Amino acid sequence: MQKLFRLSAILSALVLILAACSSNTGGSTGPSGSASSSGDPTAVCAADKFGCVKVNKGDKIEIATALTITGATASLGLDSVTGVQVAIQDRGKVAGHDVDLKSTDAGCSNAQDGQTDAQSLVADPQIVAVIGTSCSRTAVPAMPVLAAQGYLMISPSNTAPSLTNPSSKDFGGPFYMRTAYNDKVQGAAVAKFACEVLKVKTAATIHDGSPYAQQLQQVFADDFKAQCGGTITAQEAIHIGDKDFHPVLTTIGAAKPEALFMPIFDPEAGLIVHQSQDIDGLKNTKLISADGAKDDTFIKDAGPLAQSLGMYFSGPDLNFGSNYTDKFLPEYKQIAGKDPTSVYHAHAYDAANIIFDAIEHVSLTDSAGNLYIPRTALRDYARGIKDFKGLTGTLTCDPNGDCGATFVSIAQLKPDASGKLTFQQVFTTRSGS
Amino acid sequence: MRFRLPQRINLVSTILWGLRIVVTVLVLAGSWATLSSGKLAPSDWRDLIVFGIAQGSVYALIALGYTLVYGVLFMINFAHGDVFMTGAMTAFFVARNFGESGFINSNPIVALLIIFAVSMLTSMLVAIVLERIAYRPLRRAPRLVPLITAIGASLFISNSIRGIYGEQSNSYPTVDALQGRLDLFGIPILKTQALVIVSAIVLMIALVYFVERTRTGRAMRAVSEDKDVAALMGINVDRIIVTTFAIGGLLAGAAGVLYALVFNEVDWFMGFLPGIKAFTAAVLGGIGNIAGAMVGGLTLGVLESVGPFLLLGGANVPSPNQLRDVIAFTVLVLVLIFRPNGILGRNEPGR
Repeated sequence: MQKLFRLSAILSALVLILAACSSNTGGSTGPSGSASSSGDPTAVCAADKFGCVKVNKGDKIEIATALTITGATASLGLDSVTGVQVAIQDRGKVAGHDVDLKSTDAGCSNAQDGQTDAQSLVADPQIVAVIGTSCSRTAVPAMPVLAAQGYLMISPSNTAPSLTNPSSKDFGGPFYMRTAYNDKVQGAAVAKFACEVLKVKTAATIHDGSPYAQQLQQVFADDFKAQCGGTITAQEAIHIGDKDFHPVLTTIGAAKPEALFMPIFDPEAGLIVHQSQDIDGLKNTKLISADGAKDDTFIKDAGPLAQSLGMYFSGPDLNFGSNYTDKFLPEYKQIAGKDPTSVYHAHAYDAANIIFDAIEHVSLTDSAGNLYIPRTALRDYARGIKDFKGLTGTLTCDPNGDCGATFVSIAQLKPDASGKLTFQQVFTTRSGS
Repeated sequence: MRFRLPQRINLVSTILWGLRIVVTVLVLAGSWATLSSGKLAPSDWRDLIVFGIAQGSVYALIALGYTLVYGVLFMINFAHGDVFMTGAMTAFFVARNFGESGFINSNPIVALLIIFAVSMLTSMLVAIVLERIAYRPLRRAPRLVPLITAIGASLFISNSIRGIYGEQSNSYPTVDALQGRLDLFGIPILKTQALVIVSAIVLMIALVYFVERTRTGRAMRAVSEDKDVAALMGINVDRIIVTTFAIGGLLAGAAGVLYALVFNEVDWFMGFLPGIKAFTAAVLGGIGNIAGAMVGGLTLGVLESVGPFLLLGGANVPSPNQLRDVIAFTVLVLVLIFRPNGILGRNEPGR
């Protein structure tokens, strides 16, 4: 019995060493390395800690999305799904195989949904990598489940700083990365806008207890104090699912803040905009929301009112250049049958392309024509991208998985040529525009 | 005069007295800190109370449905929150069409009456069907059985509505006549909230009149006292029970429209939270007691609105509003410790 134990200990130590070696080699061949389609798949797969995904000759490579595709936040997640679909259509074949997309629902407002969805994903061994989640809250419980099985996840729209902060308990870990910016960037940009353009001296914030909203408003509050010596009069919080925000708005309005930063989702964002007009202390307050509310649902709920109030919305700078407007957008419209409903479709497009690049670089083909994709090597390649020419910009990952372009814009709702309300940029941190 | 110490000091009553003192001290200290900090002007406090009363009126209307059914059948109808939701969701389609055609603004009173009628009738029908299908066959079953059925019925109704009307949240049209404020005895109050409070009062008065002054009401009270004896007295118990459900449904439907008018938004899941809150209100006031449901609803509404900032604002607790439910439910626990039958509940040991 004891012998057996010792043997298994030695064996597992060996496996660990092998895994470490393989991840080292994976790292060094990373972005600059060429496609290593030579070599013996069986040996490479045995050496990879999480093994390989085997795609038989003629079969499709399966990737998954874990986004919010039902409920009030669906316009945020479905927008990203379409971005991935455009990427698949643009790419055609990856390493000689077609790509199949499995679209799953990871929800947004309920953290548990992220975990449940992750469990359903790891139950399918054919899934090579995951694009998700929409909301930072659902990424937190999903990541340990995915990482335990070596599934790479790239988020197009998680922005909470804690996900890429190694000292946070929410840290996404080695299998997590994102093409969205970190909210440290967004919060600072909103504070800069409030200080320099709106020239306000007092501000209040509301969050909904989600990692995204809570951290974004905190970054804003800190930067607002540091950048222009502003005063934060209140940092309040609401519950997701609440409908009555009059009491909390009354307590915020008591100090008559000049600006109210409310980085929350639909439908609460729309309700707060409506109800803020019932409070005397908030009549002259400038409302600023963020990317979580920057979608069609918000326009439907509170668009005309937000337009008349001149409300501001921070979000990624969508001036991605001619490739975006002339090529991506027409394809998007053709697939989705409508204009983008939110702002993270291009980030999802880039996330999908990073996965495809990684597959092409690390996959191996055996003599029968079957494709092997080693999971750890895939992760190492994706996390190591440098100067990746994406739609959203030139992307380079930092050691913690932050890979997004850092341009933030502030938009307002204005009618476009056809009279439909759309978000139109009024301020950006992109230099030279 | 001799003062005699009790032979043994009762441990439980000592703890209870300690609890009373601690709670009183905490409440007084918190309120004093907030009030003396002067963060909110008196007009802000007045607004908070008015908002609380408006929200509480809606809770009270739903709570009446719980309490009526409990009074007659001694069961908790957990599907009641979904009866409320069904009315609001169905009336949305009338409201939307009225909004698009402009009828809601050219003839607001007629339009609102029709919306109310549609919502109340739908909720009533759902409540009646619910009683017929889910509860009547189980009338003689052990008490846990209808409770489980109620939860099943709740899921069934909410998911049916989700399937029929879709997942998204729908915006109610705004009624121009209900925008802005109104001066009520010198208190500026939002017109929508004034409508909520006034309609709730009218409906509650109508309910009390019905229960206390009509033959059916008297029969309801008789059934609530003792079903078997009531049956011997020639009362059709089944009919009275259906009537009780129907009245609860009517009130819930009205609450649904009021809720939608204030918050401009309805979705298939909207019944859950108000349902739980209203049940809490019914227990707080004393379940089975009509006045108790009203008192409990208003208490809960005001508590949720005023409580967080009053108790925690002065102590510089960050985002006190996030602890709203904690405060509301702590009060529920305290009330149940000191008055197990609720604020207005009768003391009936052994039930």
